[in-house]
Amino acid sequence: MNPRIVKLTVLVAACAIFGGCAATRSQKEVLATDQSQVEQRAYQTRAFDTTDKEQTLRAVIATLQDFGFIIDRADAALGVVSGTKLEGYRMRITVTVRPRGTTQVLVRANAQVQIKPVSDAKPYQNFFTALERSMFLKAHEVD
Amino acid sequence: MPITPRGFEAMKALRFGAFALAITAAGCNHLPESALLLNPASIEQRQVETRRFDGISEPDLLAACAAVLQDLGFSIDASDSRLGLITASKERNARDATQFFQGLALAMIGVRKPLDTDQTIRASVVVFPALGEKQNNHLVRITLQRVVRTTTPGFVRTEWLKDPELYQGFFTKLSQSVFLEGHKI
Repeated sequence: MNPRIVKLTVLVAACAIFGGCAATRSQKEVLATDQSQVEQRAYQTRAFDTTDKEQTLRAVIATLQDFGFIIDRADAALGVVSGTKLEGYRMRITVTVRPRGTTQVLVRANAQVQIKPVSDAKPYQNFFTALERSMFLKAHEVD
Repeated sequence: MPITPRGFEAMKALRFGAFALAITAAGCNHLPESALLLNPASIEQRQVETRRFDGISEPDLLAACAAVLQDLGFSIDASDSRLGLITASKERNARDATQFFQGLALAMIGVRKPLDTDQTIRASVVVFPALGEKQNNHLVRITLQRVVRTTTPGFVRTEWLKDPELYQGFFTKLSQSVFLEGHKI
């Protein structure tokens, strides 16, 4: 057999095998997280002393608009607001609002910039500070 | 035209500059400090993007907003009437004569600048009751953004449109729409 054909076959086979591995690795991004679930939820969540879910969602929308987000979609029944900010970069955020006990609502935000999750507590803290002002209510940390 | 050694150096420097800029832009994947911070400029922008409409119910005002978006050729992507929200978008041409001639001038000294080709314009409109006001007094806030694609594949520009004239234009049309809705025309 022509040695050149053998070399080429080996090369093609190697590419197929390693290429296959790489595809499997990037697939793992589906379930990948930077931190533990508990850690993430702690800095992404705050409790507010109100039971008015709709009013809370409206305050979330107003706050996101102040930051320059376009509200991509919102669902009052489910308690979800998603937005995108384009300012030289692309930031996406989803905020959920759900009841906590009989006196509070839980607000949780998660964001990404370009292709990376926002996994630093500070930006979330800034978001909740702005939301506090919009709601005239204090944001309580949740354990 | 023969290129002098000095011209060649300048060309090299410019190319290096453009390259360095591209690398820096590509590296900017981290979160900008100001992304989730409010400053005096955000309050000013809020005023540019907001107007008050009196004597009209929230559903009627939202319908008037939808009508204006349709007048402007937007497609409605999502809406939630309980939260007073409409999100819309449209695709349009983004070619610009001034930019074309600037690009041509730069090309003559060997610098290739991507030219805008087309754009997606996005708008979200939110209607909400004016605080502590009478029942039928509402505020409307619209936010505009665009994604501009260029002659260089994969090179896109994203912008939050802040020009007050754009917002003034929208609200002028909305006032007319509110009038027409009010008179059921």
